[in-house]
Order: sequence, then C-alpha cells, then structure tokens
Amino acid sequence: MATLKLTALRKNFGPVEVLHGIDLALTSGEMLVIVGASGCGKSTLLRLVAGLEAITSGAIELDGRDVARLDPAERDIAMVFQNYALYPHMSVFDNMAYALKIRGLTKPDIAARVRETAEMLGLAPLLARKPRQLSGGQRQRVAMGRAIVRHPKLFLFDEPLSNLDATLRVTMRAEIKRLQRRMAVTSLYVTHDQVEAMTLGDRLLVLHEGRAVQLATPMEVFERPANTYVAGFIGAPAMNFLPGALSHGGTAVSLDLGPVIPFADGKRDGAAGQRLTIGIRPEHIAPVPPGTDPTGLELQVDLLEPLGSETIVIGRLPNNELLSVKLPKNDAPTHSMRVAFPATHLHVFDAGTGLRLDPT
Amino acid sequence: MERRTLFGGWALPAAFVLPQALLTILFFLWPAGQAIYGSLTRQDAFGLKTQFIGLENFVDLFTDPLYIESMWRTLGFCLAVTFLSMGVALLLAVFADREIKGRGIYRTLLIWPYAVAPAVAAILWILLLHPQIGMVSHALKTIGINWDYKINGTQAMLVVILASAWKQVSYNFIFFLAGLQSIPRSVIEAARMDGARGWRSFRTIIFPLLAPTTFFLLVVNLVYSAFDTFGTIQAMTQGGPGKSTETLVVKVYRDGVVNLDLGGSSAQSVVLMLGIVALTVLQFRFLGKRDKT
Repeated sequence: MATLKLTALRKNFGPVEVLHGIDLALTSGEMLVIVGASGCGKSTLLRLVAGLEAITSGAIELDGRDVARLDPAERDIAMVFQNYALYPHMSVFDNMAYALKIRGLTKPDIAARVRETAEMLGLAPLLARKPRQLSGGQRQRVAMGRAIVRHPKLFLFDEPLSNLDATLRVTMRAEIKRLQRRMAVTSLYVTHDQVEAMTLGDRLLVLHEGRAVQLATPMEVFERPANTYVAGFIGAPAMNFLPGALSHGGTAVSLDLGPVIPFADGKRDGAAGQRLTIGIRPEHIAPVPPGTDPTGLELQVDLLEPLGSETIVIGRLPNNELLSVKLPKNDAPTHSMRVAFPATHLHVFDAGTGLRLDPT
Repeated sequence: MERRTLFGGWALPAAFVLPQALLTILFFLWPAGQAIYGSLTRQDAFGLKTQFIGLENFVDLFTDPLYIESMWRTLGFCLAVTFLSMGVALLLAVFADREIKGRGIYRTLLIWPYAVAPAVAAILWILLLHPQIGMVSHALKTIGINWDYKINGTQAMLVVILASAWKQVSYNFIFFLAGLQSIPRSVIEAARMDGARGWRSFRTIIFPLLAPTTFFLLVVNLVYSAFDTFGTIQAMTQGGPGKSTETLVVKVYRDGVVNLDLGGSSAQSVVLMLGIVALTVLQFRFLGKRDKT
C-alpha cells in the first residue's frame, strides 16, 4: 500500500518525444486505469514507472521516495505482462517463489506464502506444473499470483487480459477487480479496451498522443468527456458528432442540418455563429413518429446490427453523413425513421479546439 | 489423399538421385568400406602381401598403452576446446545481444574467423606464438616465461587448444546469439521486476532457457574438436613434441600415412567412426524428444 506521484514525466525515443509531461497522483489502494489507442504512450508510461525504460525528465515518487533512477529490482513494484512472461523452465511454484528466493526469505516462509496465494487464486492443484501445461486463463492467474505473492507497493498491469478469449476475459476482469479491492494495493492498469477501463478503474486517465486529456472517474469521463477525442473513444458504439453554430445569444445550437436545439443546461459563452461540434450518444437519440417533432431529422437505414438485447441502426442523414442509433430490441425500422436529439443529452464542443464547452 | 509420383519410368528419378548417390558412394561408402576391410587385415611393410586377421588389429589397439593414452589426451583436448570456445562465444554473445553502437560491425567481425581455413588459422597462430619470431612468445619471455611450444609438451597442448577453440568461437557465437534473441524480452523483464539482475538473471533465467542451444553446440563442438582439428594440429605441431599433441585423428594419420601401418590405422578410423555415430544418435534422440513435447 503506497501512494504514487508522477511529476512532469517526459520520455524521448531519440529525437521523438512520446510522453509530453504527465502529472498524476494515486492515493493508497487506488486503481487507476490508463486508456488510449495504440501508440498513445500508455505502455511506455507503465514501463517508466516499472523502471524498464529510463525517464527523460520528471519524477516518479513511490510513497514519497523518488524511484525514477532506481533499478526495477529496488522499486518494489510488481508487473503483470500482456503475454504473461512466465518462466517457461520453472514450475508454477517456482515461478511464484522466484522473487521471494531472491529476497532471501526462508524456505518455509516461501512455501507458506506461495501456498496462501495459490489458494486465493485457485492454483493450488497446479503448483507442480510447468507453464506449457496450463491453459491461457491459468497462465494469466499464475502471472497474477507471481505479482501478488510479493506483497509489492504497487501493481502494474500491462493489458493483462488482451490474450484471453472473450468469455474468460469477463471472468478474469471481475476477478482482478475483486483481488485488487481485497488486497487494496495501489495499481496502474493499462488497456485499450474501454469496457475494462470503465469497469476496473476507480479513476481513468485517457492518454492521447502522449498527453493526458482527461483524468476523472469512469462515469465522469463518460458523462462529461473533456474533448471530442475522449467523447469518441469512450462509449460503444462511438458518439455521433454533428456540426453546428452557436445561436440565440448562446442559449441554443443551430445544427447545419436545420434543427435548432436549445441547451438544457444553460448558456454558453461565445459570439453568435461560433462553430460548434455537437456530440450525442447513439443510445440518447430518440425515434419520433413522423410529423410530430419539428426538430426531427429523416434517417435512411443503411445497416442494422441486432445485438439481441438491442439493435444498432446505422443510417444516413439528409446530408449523407452516417449516424448510429441504439434502439431497444424490437423497434428496428427497415427503411427509414425519424430521429430527434434530446436537448438534455447534448455534448457541446468547440469545433476548433475540440474542447468541451460547459455552461457559464 | 494418396501422393502419386509423376514419373512414368525409373530412369528420370534415378538420374536425379545419381549425382548425390555417386558422391556418397565415391567419397563415403567406398572409403568407409575400405577402412572396415582394411581394419581386418595386415600388410607387410612393402604392401606386397595382405593377410586377413579378423579382429586382431582391434585387440592390439585396446591393449596398446599408447593408444589408450592418446584417447585420454583426446578427451582432455576435446573438453578443453569445447568449454573454452563455448564459454568465450557465450560471453561475446551476451555482450553482442545488448543495445550497443556499431553492433552490426561487431557481430560481423566476430563471425569472420569461421571463414578462415584451418591451415591459414594455424599459420596465423604460429606467427603469434613462434618461439623465435612470435610476438606473444617475445612478450612472454620478457616477463620471464620460457616459451617454446616446440619443446615443451604442455605449452604445445595449450597452443593447439587455443588455436582450435578460436576457430570455433564464431560458429558458437552465431548460435548463442540466435538463442539469446529467441528468449522473450518480457521474460527477462519479468525477472528484473522480480529483483533478478546481472549474474543471477543469467544463471536462473537466461542460461536455462539456452539449454537446447547449449546441448546442440556441445555435441557439435565435441565432434569438431575430435575430428576437424586435424588441420590445425598438423600445421602447428604435427602431433609433437613427442606425442604430446597427438590426438586420435593425428594418430590415425601418423600410423597410417607416415608409419604405413594401414591395418592398425584403419582399425583406429573405424573406432572413430563408431564414436561419431554414437554422438549423432545421441543428438538426434535427445533433440527429437524435445521437439515432441
């Protein structure tokens, strides 16, 4: 249990700067999920904290001690790798005991701790096996056990579930969450999977091109995305974006397609005619009966994706732009439908900067 | 589905196989057959009379203290060459595996000696170590070591071991480097996170994962040092001084070609052939087994 503080952390690979100054503070026992598209620098950030890459500048403080120049061995941080990285020539027991042996624990102590951890993870019957005799899920569990058995100050997870099949991923996701809660070890979890990000994290850090674009609780990131990138990245299917302009003294948006929608949450600053990007999630778009709502738009159905409990409609707006709508199971139209954008669910962004515009 | 040959007759397939078959027969089966037959005969000194004597040559061999002595000498020589060349190669490979500047040049230079013919390598070593004109021997003499491998048997042995091992370092280096590069980075990183550094990481993670490569090289190097070092030894010491660098292959040459005991020499060749067969079988079995798991 420890706090982690990153200050102005930068990393260059040769002349290319991949992390442009990351600031971050984790409270003891917190699980922070770092999410972003491939190449956003999330794995690099994790490897800097682990000590597997040297930082270019900045500070990494673990429990108030700057560990940035220390060898990974001296940092007391455990890491779970994407491909498990088990020692193939050692049994499950030896895999888990390795770090303890290096620290010079006595044999009975090692055996006791490995057994305790193995019980917790349901690995007890597998202790004598070699990694190649285990299934993917079991290997993942051993990788977790190897981290847990050390009682480290900090856990690092580098996309630990991405090599598992879909069913197993759901089970393991819940298990990781339970374990992390139970052990209350401060954790950094890197993923590109937004479901993992939403469900696992106490807080979420969205990285984009080496910069932290938003740091908040998962629900806040979902409900109040800081910019259009976050808005489009979190949520499936992705948020729809429509161009418009500020009108009516900042109290409404006039969409380029025609409808004028008043802001439900208040007035925005800015000159009349300022370009806006309006975001609305597929599940918030409401189908309306023809002719009842003047702000409604005609949508030509392009593709239907029935998911069982709901149906995704991908349709074309009058200007030929695509729009996705999430509907309850049986409401799927076949040719066309009329949709409206409820004022209460609009996300307003500046079209130029992409930043969220909140009411004043 | 059944695989069917596209050839109608036997002439065309036979023609395809013929060159290789001829080579094998001409350069392997025929001489090997000759050796086996020869090992069962005795000739007079002028080659006029040949007499079939059964296994008497073999009995003579294994009761000959000189032959037994040569066997032990060969064993020592092989082990020394194998461990020296593999040890040095492994050390170099570990360093070459790191991120360093000019890595390509470094690796290329390390691979070069493999392309040098044994006799040429021997000349190179002679120039360095020659009792009168060698640079190294000159340096040794200035610090008070009386260096003359043409007289001192122990020194002669050291010289041929050094030259033979040097030649094989390149080959071992390539295999060790490939072996090191096939170890997943993340496994070594996991060990680092677990607190293993430097020597411990090497001893407990890297070296065990290199085991298949190491075993393969062990067999290859033993065969190399037992058989392929003839050129180096012959060029440097001709097995001398006395018999101090006379390994089994050198003895075959000395007894057969120099001393014209064709029967005894053939019997020695047959013994060596059986040795190679045994090593090959061992390697195939062991590596074959590993592949199945």
